[in-house]
Amino acid sequence: MNFDDTPQEAAFRATVRTWLDANAPKHLEAGLRSAGFGSAGVTSEDPMAAARAWQKKKYDAGYACLHWPKEYGGGGFSPIERVIWGQEEGPYAALGGLFTIGHGMCCPTLMAWASEDQKREMLPPAAAGEQVWCQLFSEPASGSDLAGLRTRAEPASDGSGDWIINGQKIWTSGAQHSDWGLLITRTDPNVAKHKGLTMFFLDMRSPGVEVRPIKQANGQSGFNEVYFTDVRIPDAQRLGAIGQGWEVSLTTLMNERLSIGSGMPTGFPELFDLACRLETPDGPAINDRNVRSKLATWAVRTSGLKYTGMRAISALSRGETPGPENSIGKLVAGATMQDIAAFALDLQGEAGILVDPEVTAANGRFQAMLLRSPATRIEGGSDEILRNIIAERVLGLPGDIRVDKTVPFNQIPTSGKR
Amino acid sequence: MNFEFSEEQAQMRTEARRFLEAKCPPKAVRAVLEGKAPFDRALWQGLAEMGFLGIAIPEEFGGLGAGYLELCVVAEELGRVIAPVPFSSSVFLATEFLLMAGSPAQKAAWLPKLAAGEAIGTFAFAEGTGTTTPRGIKTQASGGTLSGVKLPVADGDIADFAIVAARTGSGNDERAISLFIVDLNAAGVTRESVATIDPTRSHAKLTFNGAAAEPLGAAGEGWATIQAVYDRAAVLTAFEQVGGADRALEMARDYALERMAFGRPIGSFQAIKHMLADMYVSATLARSNSYYGAWALSTGAAELPEAAATARVSATQAFQHCAKNDIQVHGGMGFTWEFDCHLYYRRANLLALNLGSLSQWEDKLIDRLQTKNAA
Repeated sequence: MNFDDTPQEAAFRATVRTWLDANAPKHLEAGLRSAGFGSAGVTSEDPMAAARAWQKKKYDAGYACLHWPKEYGGGGFSPIERVIWGQEEGPYAALGGLFTIGHGMCCPTLMAWASEDQKREMLPPAAAGEQVWCQLFSEPASGSDLAGLRTRAEPASDGSGDWIINGQKIWTSGAQHSDWGLLITRTDPNVAKHKGLTMFFLDMRSPGVEVRPIKQANGQSGFNEVYFTDVRIPDAQRLGAIGQGWEVSLTTLMNERLSIGSGMPTGFPELFDLACRLETPDGPAINDRNVRSKLATWAVRTSGLKYTGMRAISALSRGETPGPENSIGKLVAGATMQDIAAFALDLQGEAGILVDPEVTAANGRFQAMLLRSPATRIEGGSDEILRNIIAERVLGLPGDIRVDKTVPFNQIPTSGKR
Repeated sequence: MNFEFSEEQAQMRTEARRFLEAKCPPKAVRAVLEGKAPFDRALWQGLAEMGFLGIAIPEEFGGLGAGYLELCVVAEELGRVIAPVPFSSSVFLATEFLLMAGSPAQKAAWLPKLAAGEAIGTFAFAEGTGTTTPRGIKTQASGGTLSGVKLPVADGDIADFAIVAARTGSGNDERAISLFIVDLNAAGVTRESVATIDPTRSHAKLTFNGAAAEPLGAAGEGWATIQAVYDRAAVLTAFEQVGGADRALEMARDYALERMAFGRPIGSFQAIKHMLADMYVSATLARSNSYYGAWALSTGAAELPEAAATARVSATQAFQHCAKNDIQVHGGMGFTWEFDCHLYYRRANLLALNLGSLSQWEDKLIDRLQTKNAA
């Protein structure tokens, strides 16, 4: 048991460090390090342009999407080399947020289901940051119950073999910046819900695609609604067979939980820092017994996630595939972050209500965290869905008794229609 | 990086599990729970024959001379079966005190006997209710003898000798405390068994009245040695707790699969599923934190104090959480004497206090994180 680099790993780390030292956008480092929760941290220039520029630079040097095969624009590196890169890239990794959905979820789905030509065409521009992807899954009436989605794909009546899409998606991160979308649709409402789905990828500039930002509960707009009105998709952009969409989506969702769950922040180091610096009549807040007890609990949750991640990496480097047990990352991090944010405000007393970074402790980061953290517990699989996954797929408990699984989709009771 | 146990260590786990499944089934634990014997002598002898009592003892003193990772593996297996033996007292504490502070003569005198199971050692520290502090230690050393009362002392009724923390200075600071080896069968020692929340692990009240005592380590170094040994023992105990937590989770899972209510297995209800998922999360975080502790212990890393407190806090929380919800999942049956749930509940809450309370370890953890941040 060790954390030591092997000689090859040490050599890779040294190479990467040298390259980063010569090429990283150091003028952005201070802003990225001190960025408030949910903010880009780039103020001196257009954050999108900065993100694209850094991605392109990495791509040209072979450090974009390190674990992808080279022929698809990746670096062809091992899982452990990818981890080392992440450790060394440090604050600059935050510039990659624009590409997370594409690199972490959409592209792995293409890798598993697209044709060889499509992979060679679509994946390198994604790796280079030239094309941004979004994931068009959730709908107003199907969140946790994803397979209940209603966006229709029907064969075009002109005999072209194309598909015509009508419907609406919601909670689509980054749709307003995206060139391509991974889209799951219903092609057959007359069969059971999981059987009638089909997956496509879609040019987001197609006629009939309309992106509308959602004003979120915290006032920001990271998510969008996407409307489809007679949008035409060539059959060549279908992933998997007609009716195989559910199976295809599982590739995406497992990658979602992997890429979201690994190394998720809990806010603990920031809270620890606040508790050390915040003066009370009895000295710094951290001297208080109650504060120490709470900090200890969050410290071990945070380190427990870190070392669970290390165990997953060890499994990965032995050639094993990470499984559903990785669902714990987001489950623990989301709830911990929400608790930490509320406690950090409590430490600030009545002034904890203030949000102006100029006057608020820790630049208002905990206030922003408080208002954003409810979403973390819902997006990418709600806490409850993740607990079901752990219970059913890790512990082997039986699935819930279902009233919707075997009946045709169009006969399932819905809100307002029982 | 390789953050897993090796194949050899996994092999040792298999051997330990096979041995313990045969020699330490629930009925062996119940024999101690309900009988007169303070521990399972046959199991203890078996553990000695397997070499498990001397895993970390060098070969020159009759041990296996293996590493701490091997000891962690065995600790976890003992925790799974809540073994009713003085392993933690003798191996995690007495042996470690001798390895850390013993003179060559003291090592030669005791370690071979500890490894062979011919002697049981323990550590006598607490003196009644409350957190044990240098100020609170009243047991007085003078002229090669000790006088005072220690309560509770794990295995104090069955141990052959104890490492005893006693006062050698007049102040209230750490330097007033020194360590001694006391032969518990000698004159001036009175032992009384005491009833605890977990009768499967025996405890005693030790009264020293001019008992002969031999210094262990230098005078005034006692407190520092205790902290260092407790860090090692915290990692090892964390593995014992992780083993117990895992087993409690398995018991609850198995029952949820088999118990029918409302025409279906109770494990198909989300209320039960989510409770089990949360137990899995606690147990997994505790295991990962304990691996960090094992790494620090086995490599002698400077991070050991932080890693030990992390493992200890996490594993204490996990075992308590899993043991209490194991009863909850079992419903009324879980509260019967006949079902084994209460054995794990008792052990979880015993281990939560054996090396000092959860809040003490939380406090130590924050201390150590403050030290690290200041560095």
